[in-house]
Amino acid sequence: MWKRFRSNMGAMVGVALLIAVIVVAVIAPMLFPQGPWQMVQRPFLAPFAVDGLPLGTDTLGRNVAAQLAYGAQVSLLVGLVSTLVALLIGVPLGALAGFYGGYVDEGAMRFTEFFQTIPNFALAIVLVAIFEPTLTSITVAIAIVSWPPVARLVRAEVMSVRTREFVDAARLAGLSKQRILIRQVLPNTVSPIIVMASLMVATAILLESSLSFLGLGDPNAMSWGYMIGAARTVIRTSWWLSFFPGIAIVITVLALNLIGEGLNDAFNPHLSRKGKA
Amino acid sequence: MKYLKLKATTFLIAATLASPLAAQEAGGRLDIVVQPEPPGLMLGLVQNGPTQLVAGDIYESLLRYDGDLTPMPGLAKSWEISDDGLTYTFKLNEGVTWHDGEPFSADDVVFSADVFLRETHARLRASLAYVESITAPDPLTVVFKLKEPFGPFINAFENGTMPIVPKHIYEGTDFANNPANATPIGTGPFKFDEWVKGSHIHLVKNEDYYVDGLPYLDEVFYRVIPDAAARAVAFETGEVDVLPGGSVENWDIPRLAEMDGVCVTEKGWEFLAPLAWMWMNNREGPTANVKFRQAVMYAMDRKFMRDVVWNGFGTVATGPIASSTNFYSDDVTIYDHNPDKAKELLAEMGYDGEPVRILPLPYGETWQRWAEAVRQNLSEVGINAEIDSSDVAGWNEKTSQWDYDLAFTYLYQYGDPALGVSRNYTADRIKKGSPWNNVEGYNNPELDKKWAAAATMVKPMERADAYAEIQKEIVDDVPVAWMQELTFPTIYRCNVNDLVTTAIGINDGPRNAWIEK
Repeated sequence: MWKRFRSNMGAMVGVALLIAVIVVAVIAPMLFPQGPWQMVQRPFLAPFAVDGLPLGTDTLGRNVAAQLAYGAQVSLLVGLVSTLVALLIGVPLGALAGFYGGYVDEGAMRFTEFFQTIPNFALAIVLVAIFEPTLTSITVAIAIVSWPPVARLVRAEVMSVRTREFVDAARLAGLSKQRILIRQVLPNTVSPIIVMASLMVATAILLESSLSFLGLGDPNAMSWGYMIGAARTVIRTSWWLSFFPGIAIVITVLALNLIGEGLNDAFNPHLSRKGKA
Repeated sequence: MKYLKLKATTFLIAATLASPLAAQEAGGRLDIVVQPEPPGLMLGLVQNGPTQLVAGDIYESLLRYDGDLTPMPGLAKSWEISDDGLTYTFKLNEGVTWHDGEPFSADDVVFSADVFLRETHARLRASLAYVESITAPDPLTVVFKLKEPFGPFINAFENGTMPIVPKHIYEGTDFANNPANATPIGTGPFKFDEWVKGSHIHLVKNEDYYVDGLPYLDEVFYRVIPDAAARAVAFETGEVDVLPGGSVENWDIPRLAEMDGVCVTEKGWEFLAPLAWMWMNNREGPTANVKFRQAVMYAMDRKFMRDVVWNGFGTVATGPIASSTNFYSDDVTIYDHNPDKAKELLAEMGYDGEPVRILPLPYGETWQRWAEAVRQNLSEVGINAEIDSSDVAGWNEKTSQWDYDLAFTYLYQYGDPALGVSRNYTADRIKKGSPWNNVEGYNNPELDKKWAAAATMVKPMERADAYAEIQKEIVDDVPVAWMQELTFPTIYRCNVNDLVTTAIGINDGPRNAWIEK
């Protein structure tokens, strides 16, 4: 499987880009020990106008490069944590619904639909506005709007797996229902979940950026969306303020999508070959 | 003798006529941005910024004020204050009519001040508490008698403070729900024509205006354009001629000002004199300690903030009274940017790193950047500060319920400390539930007495001394962190002349404005 993944050019590019972003995020405090908020030079300096400020300065004279690096931390953190939380909600719910069927299924799916009928982004805005924007509330809000597709996916997978012969065999061997679900069924649904999770991280990063762009970000955390939102009013005079964070978002989201696609192909060689034929 | 007199009269007429005719040109139309769209145009009922901007051309008050807050004739052509400071006598202009053709008289003034505005205008009501009676001995004379001297009373005859409304329309009606509110009738230089919601408000020249030759303009359009960037574009393309203060982002101002034939003025805010500060909670937390509050003042590089956040517009504040307000004194402790001094003060008080929250005003980019700059300055001297975020409703709630450590705000001064300054510092104005009073909870009974005494002194010189003393004392206590005297520059085409000539700027600017062709 790893071999198949490795032979996928796109996926490997994605991995390389993602690693680069992660490295930048990790070493940000070493590169810019004074933090992203310090006003270091005159405002609105263009890239390379002054030594040591390769990406210029923003509206308050803060170092854009430092902001980008610290923004990577926030984007990755929010993306990963919110996806984890969404999985923690979606996987058990979907598994229970798919495995037990009947009323459990009905109840769980109606509950899921309740969330699915509300537009994702609108719900996220409402949640963040109610809880006041902090990193925690933003992460939770993103998780809350992203779990329903996970639940549906897991349910469908579980439903198809639970009718397989090895499940019947397990049942005949006297395993309890819980044990069958956890030890036999769920492990066989992992690959689509992983693929979906990698794409969800990308979506979460976009959601966080959109929220920050609208001014609903954590005012104490530097993020790419905040940078673009703050630069929006000066886009005609200072293009670099929105350009660089925009590129950063594109690269990160693209990397995650490439990885997700690569994983998908690796897990489903049959499908991928059909796709290419 | 007769010949001489005639000649003199002719000369006088020639002199008065010559100046307008030689220079000013009549005609033309002016397009002004109004942001946001006003909730109504009945100035006696609504006095927020956009309403004053538009309705300032429709309604008038007895006086107008120049940039030094010296009174000028308005509906009143002359006025007199008795030596004891208790009687204000106004002689009204002759031949004034309402826009519907009814004659204007002293009865309208009495009705407006004594009946209508007493009911609808909270700020004026506070000043009217000093008034014993308002009478009209004849149709062209109005007399205000006061119970005790009240120095700032002469500033109460400004348009947004005491707009004169027509008695024949409002007497005996439910003021707030009178259908006439939709088609305002005033005495001003322009008449209301139509209001297309979401698009524009159209005013036309009042042909019967009582000042000969005025107004020069034929019509004024107030244009509603909801997005700041779109407003800038509308100005660039020539669709609008005037961008009132605050209608575009500060960063856009230098770009627009560099265009050919574009002028920028910071004048026209002398009467309102908006002063920005941060409330500091005097009740609890580190901000309750005066040393901490002084440290905050020394920690901030307010000049940098003025230059960068406000693009150089405005003046760093020295204390509670703005420099354009009467009785301002600069003989106070000046808090320069001095991080070492701030650290020293923090060490003296034994600051333990307890976090403080900064609540920015939710009025857009500039205010958010301002809070970020303050947080950065505070963190540089070791104060653990973070920004609290909020929308307008949340800001109102938090400040009026005293749930904050540091909170940005700005308030108007209305020309006199007794009208727009003392309300934020005296103990009797500590009241939960309003974000406009003594929100910081500053309690200094000694100063309270001095504020009260200064308000009712008769002689301006005495008042000046009293306020100088107050300013010296209060600045050392730092009840709030005074940031900056705000100016919101007006951007306009240079061929629009005499647009900003008074202390309220374009609120009554179209009266004298004329377009050079």
